[in-house]
Amino acid sequence: MASQEMEQLVRREYKEGFVTDIESDTIPPGLDEDTIAFISNKKGEPAWMLEWRLDAYRQWLKMTPPSWAHLDYPPIDYQAISYFSAPKREEDKPQSLDEVDPKLLETYEKLGIPLHERAALAGVAVDAVFDSVSVTTTFKDKLAEAGVIFCSISEAIRDYPELVKQYLGTVVPTSDNYFAALNSAVFTDGSFVFVPEGVTCPMELSTYFRINAANTGQFERTLIVCEKKAQVSYLEGCTAPMRDENQLHAAVVELVALEDASIKYSTVQNWYPGDEDGKGGIYNFVTKRGDCRGDRSHISWTQVETGSAITWKYPSCVLRGKDSIGEFYSVAVTNGRQQADTGTKMIHLGEGSKSTIVSKGISAGRSNQSYRGLVKVGPRAKGARNFTQCDSLLIGDTCGAHTFPYQEIGNSTATVEHEATTSKIGEDQLFYCQSRGISEEDAVNMIVNGFCKDVFQELPMEFAVEAEALLNVTLEGAVG
Amino acid sequence: MLEVKDLHVTVEGSEILKGLTLSIQPGEVHAIMGPNGAGKSTLSAVIAGKDGYEVTAGTITFEGRDVLEMEIEERAQAGLLLGFQYPVEIPGVKNIYLLKAALNAQREARGEGEIPAPEFMKLIKEKVSFMKMDNSFLQRAVNEGFSGGEKKRNEILQMLVLQPKLAMLDEIDSGLDIDAMKVVAEGVNSLRSEDRGILLVTHYQRLLDYIVPDHVHVLVDGRIVKSGNADLARELESRGYDWVVEESAA
Repeated sequence: MASQEMEQLVRREYKEGFVTDIESDTIPPGLDEDTIAFISNKKGEPAWMLEWRLDAYRQWLKMTPPSWAHLDYPPIDYQAISYFSAPKREEDKPQSLDEVDPKLLETYEKLGIPLHERAALAGVAVDAVFDSVSVTTTFKDKLAEAGVIFCSISEAIRDYPELVKQYLGTVVPTSDNYFAALNSAVFTDGSFVFVPEGVTCPMELSTYFRINAANTGQFERTLIVCEKKAQVSYLEGCTAPMRDENQLHAAVVELVALEDASIKYSTVQNWYPGDEDGKGGIYNFVTKRGDCRGDRSHISWTQVETGSAITWKYPSCVLRGKDSIGEFYSVAVTNGRQQADTGTKMIHLGEGSKSTIVSKGISAGRSNQSYRGLVKVGPRAKGARNFTQCDSLLIGDTCGAHTFPYQEIGNSTATVEHEATTSKIGEDQLFYCQSRGISEEDAVNMIVNGFCKDVFQELPMEFAVEAEALLNVTLEGAVG
Repeated sequence: MLEVKDLHVTVEGSEILKGLTLSIQPGEVHAIMGPNGAGKSTLSAVIAGKDGYEVTAGTITFEGRDVLEMEIEERAQAGLLLGFQYPVEIPGVKNIYLLKAALNAQREARGEGEIPAPEFMKLIKEKVSFMKMDNSFLQRAVNEGFSGGEKKRNEILQMLVLQPKLAMLDEIDSGLDIDAMKVVAEGVNSLRSEDRGILLVTHYQRLLDYIVPDHVHVLVDGRIVKSGNADLARELESRGYDWVVEESAA
């Protein structure tokens, strides 16, 4: 088709329609093609990118939100959302910790977050607090030396358009699902990582270190590519509760691992879960997928999910390469009125591909949690193996846990194992610990952390310690 | 140090203890014996604070404090420690971690700081080897996959580390072979001291060959019907419980 013509048309529309708006940093709520053109222009994107977005938008218009998840929430009015707002100016931010909600600070205290980080997390104006430039510079130099690209997705689209074009949307197509299509149309932030052939990234990459990463995007788009024999470990999120005014979050993360490459992606998600009645909490609809494109490639997802009012999230692996390996380790904790429908998909296409799923769900309060997992073995995946272990722990009588395992096995040489347990936190276990002098709250934490151990040991060391502390804070007051 | 007076306890509507009175002084070893269903385990469970036991009358005081008013962990922190007949498994929680958490919780309650790591390791290793256990045992999850003997040794190990003022051992001999019982008994004997009380609950006299009690009480139908010294235990061994039951009914 005459794509260039269309590009021109669209760009002209933009010129005509948005001249007056260009001065403003935020656009009014609502979503149409003009909104998308505005975003694309604000980001200084090339024409093909805008076209890609518009194509996603047009597909999204024909789609309906998924209703199969075990979640209950009122319909979302997509016209009531503002799809672009520039980061807050420094002078509009709180100028010191004194201006920040004491309750938030109390939580940081409990999590043992260093003072200067607390300020950054709470959204205090950065130059008013500490100078992060030196840390970041050393960090950037080291990566550049190794040939690793690590930048925001917007920078990548501008500076490495060919790489982005080659990989973007190849793991999660724009029309993959309702939220992925929406994200493709309107994403404004996210990370791009490219590790060239044979390179092991010299450090763990964290969104936290990236300049300008303080404001979590509402529609984040992350793309990580590891060339042959390259390796990277990527940490997303933060254990501290993130201040965020956006209720709807729909991120897309795409991972591509070529031959013998390995990607480890760890997430700690702790967004605002809402008040006691669940009001005001974040809706988190995420599409995360890794493509083990090359032989012997390896993708591992580890997640600790404690926040959000609603979580809809299934980090998955497409095991295309021969002898490729996919892993999913998950701890999901829900308390209060939280709802989570989470799990994974392991799609075995390559011969000898292996996958491991370890899911630990902890429900407390009046929360509800579901594990939803699909293991699919294609006809050519000779000798594919999967092991799934899926455990639920209930705290109290008013919460719920559900397991929905799906298996589609198209090859008789495949081995698929599934183990599932649901247990209530034992009165006997609590009494045992307490009768040794340990308080009830510490006893609960100890038992829950023990329950999650298989997953925590997959996390990078530093994250694991934080994750434990986070679990304790999340379950505060869950018993008694 | 422990005074139990006219204790009445109900479990799920039926009265199990019907006016039990018992006094333990520092330095004394008491053994509670009795036929099955007499309420032996109920006594130690109530003192430790287990849920589901309703005290309908009577009092329990420990060093002058009203035990029934204390939280479970407060009782342990005050120095009352129960060794379980059936210790539960806690998957994923290392033995060493539980020990350290328990010890530090008790130290904190006493206003002492956390135990320094080297000191803790030294203490633990000494006690582990005393109980003829392997160090690898500390890295295993609490009671998970332990044999009956290992579980009981673990209970005693905790006692040796936590050094309670009053150690209560509920059927610590059940399910043990003779060698394991000797090790357990040695552990308990090492706890004997003039400022510590020990309360043994047992069905069989066998254990008392190794841990010789100062006082033996026979519990029948929720009441102590006969008390004596170690000779009483031996008499029970040869004559059984029936004669005491009959004597008490008369």
